[in-house]
Amino acid sequence: MNRTVRKKAITTAVAWLVALLIFFPIIWMGLASFKTEIEAVATPPRLFFSPTLENYRDVAFGRANYLHCAFNSIYVSFGSTALALLIAVPAAYAMAFFPTGRTKDMLLWMLSTKFMPAVGVLVPIYLIFRDTGLLDVRFGLLVVYTLVNLPIVVWMLFSFFKEVPPEILEAGRMDGAHARDEVLLLLLPLALPGIASTALLAIILSWNEAFWSLNLTGPAAAPLTYYIASFSSPEGLFWAKLSAASTLAIAPILVFGWLSQKQLVRGLTFGAVK
Amino acid sequence: MATVTLKDVRKKFGDFEVIKGVSLEVLDREFVVFVGPSGCGKSTLLRLVAGLEEISSGDVLIDGVRVNDVSPAARGLAMVFQSYALYPHMNVAENMGFSLRLARVSREERDRKVREAAHILQLEPLLHRKPRQLSGGQRQRVAIGRAIVRNPKVFLFDEPLSNLDAALRVQMRVELTRLHDALQTTMIYVTHDQVEAMTLADKIVVLQGGIIEQVGSPMELFHHPRNLFVAGFIGSPKMNFLKSGARSVRDGAVRVGLPGGAELEVLVEAGKVAQGASLTLGIRPEHIALSAQGAVRGEVLVVERLGTSTLLHVRVEGGDLLTVSTDGECPVHMHEQVGLSLPTERVHLFDQEGVVVPRPSRHPLADVKVRGPASGAA
Repeated sequence: MNRTVRKKAITTAVAWLVALLIFFPIIWMGLASFKTEIEAVATPPRLFFSPTLENYRDVAFGRANYLHCAFNSIYVSFGSTALALLIAVPAAYAMAFFPTGRTKDMLLWMLSTKFMPAVGVLVPIYLIFRDTGLLDVRFGLLVVYTLVNLPIVVWMLFSFFKEVPPEILEAGRMDGAHARDEVLLLLLPLALPGIASTALLAIILSWNEAFWSLNLTGPAAAPLTYYIASFSSPEGLFWAKLSAASTLAIAPILVFGWLSQKQLVRGLTFGAVK
Repeated sequence: MATVTLKDVRKKFGDFEVIKGVSLEVLDREFVVFVGPSGCGKSTLLRLVAGLEEISSGDVLIDGVRVNDVSPAARGLAMVFQSYALYPHMNVAENMGFSLRLARVSREERDRKVREAAHILQLEPLLHRKPRQLSGGQRQRVAIGRAIVRNPKVFLFDEPLSNLDAALRVQMRVELTRLHDALQTTMIYVTHDQVEAMTLADKIVVLQGGIIEQVGSPMELFHHPRNLFVAGFIGSPKMNFLKSGARSVRDGAVRVGLPGGAELEVLVEAGKVAQGASLTLGIRPEHIALSAQGAVRGEVLVVERLGTSTLLHVRVEGGDLLTVSTDGECPVHMHEQVGLSLPTERVHLFDQEGVVVPRPSRHPLADVKVRGPASGAA
């Protein structure tokens, strides 16, 4: 074995080790979800056991309604992402192609809203939602997610739009394109990969968001995060059931992320590597 | 028919004034070239005409109509960008037909016009290719085709050849001249390359620091530069400059000192130079002749043989370096002592402010129109 081959082998081994380490909790959770409650808490843990679907049957059709919560999750994460894009595309277009002296400050200011912990505005938002009848309403949660993700979405779109040569839009303007044509016929097709990865990130962030969903929703509008939380109950922890519930909750987004990982990686490393 | 008029146009970016009051008349069917070093404001000036930048003060008129507040498309101009700026997600035909699509022109009409333009530029076999599948020269032609399809009043070119290799640039230069001859449309062309300016233009506008240094035909600028900047900028290799002074002045002529102490009498307009005034003497490399009896003597430092001509870099008495362009067969070698003669009718004199001292006679080609009568240039 020569040096380069050995070096490559070591790199590969280390990469696998790190990946396993990161992925381990998820594997463990997946395994636990097929165990009985007794096997799940056994020390030392048992690697070999006869799998059971009992937990899944329990959590999917038992006291909490999985399908109902899954639908809510899809509704708020996709809905809020669509709404955020609708607002962010024109904003990022204006900032990327018609910058003023204050554009950079504006971007930083938008991001700075993320510096404050969410709990800092919990009381005012809770009161506004109570008074406007938005508590435990799906659309209310959708609006909160839109606003929470908007700074990141604008920021990401801004950097993707910056990569589009401005002369292409100017050529469009000379050809008679108005702002709407410029955005719809030129900018969006050219920035599509960037927009896709921005959307993916926003969907995942909304899907995993727990703070606002736990505080602003009840049984009617509950998304999957609420659903998982409902398994840590005063009666005690049921590890196997909790694992099954968590696996069900992350399964859709995991599959979604797997299918779109190419876009996602491209989006997150955009500009870093050229 | 289209004229473009600029009236005291100014452009500020923040506190920085890029265009400092430009007035210019572009005649119908004229090929006008804006030339100058980078940062002189030539591209900004073109963008002001195009409507891609807002004018800070002054007026832009197209066919006598003020268009300051008219959108770029409504001005009826077409622009070819340095980077070509083709739409990467559309094929050649879609690129060329985009303006017609926006104008809601029917598909048949659009196809017909695209084919017409593609025919002029020999792009027909490429109509279904994407820009990334084209070579630099082909992309350039598509960009021009996109402009032709719009049937514009004026074509604007922003350094369109600077991304091409040298051989292709020469070829495209000829194609552009033929295109102008065929289309008979007003064209404004921006370049930093004085060779492009000389070869393409009916009228050259030399810009520096946001102001016009001189406007004129290529031969007028070459033979009658208005100041030191234009004299140095137009012509390659560059004009030689020597510090000198007016030894004696008589009516219509001035005797100036040459390196090594000799004197040369130059005809100038009467009353323009005072006795003892310090002057700069300018002479182009190709106008200096090698001669054993030459009034100026020096040592050849470097010989550059270009085949058709030979460039000699000569250090003359007093230490100044002169470039001499002589024929390709010249047998001179490095470190040889040579004599140079400076023909008086080829000498330019500039005063202390760098402004030319006018000569009584004009060069015969300076006022000749570039295009023949058949082309119908105004």
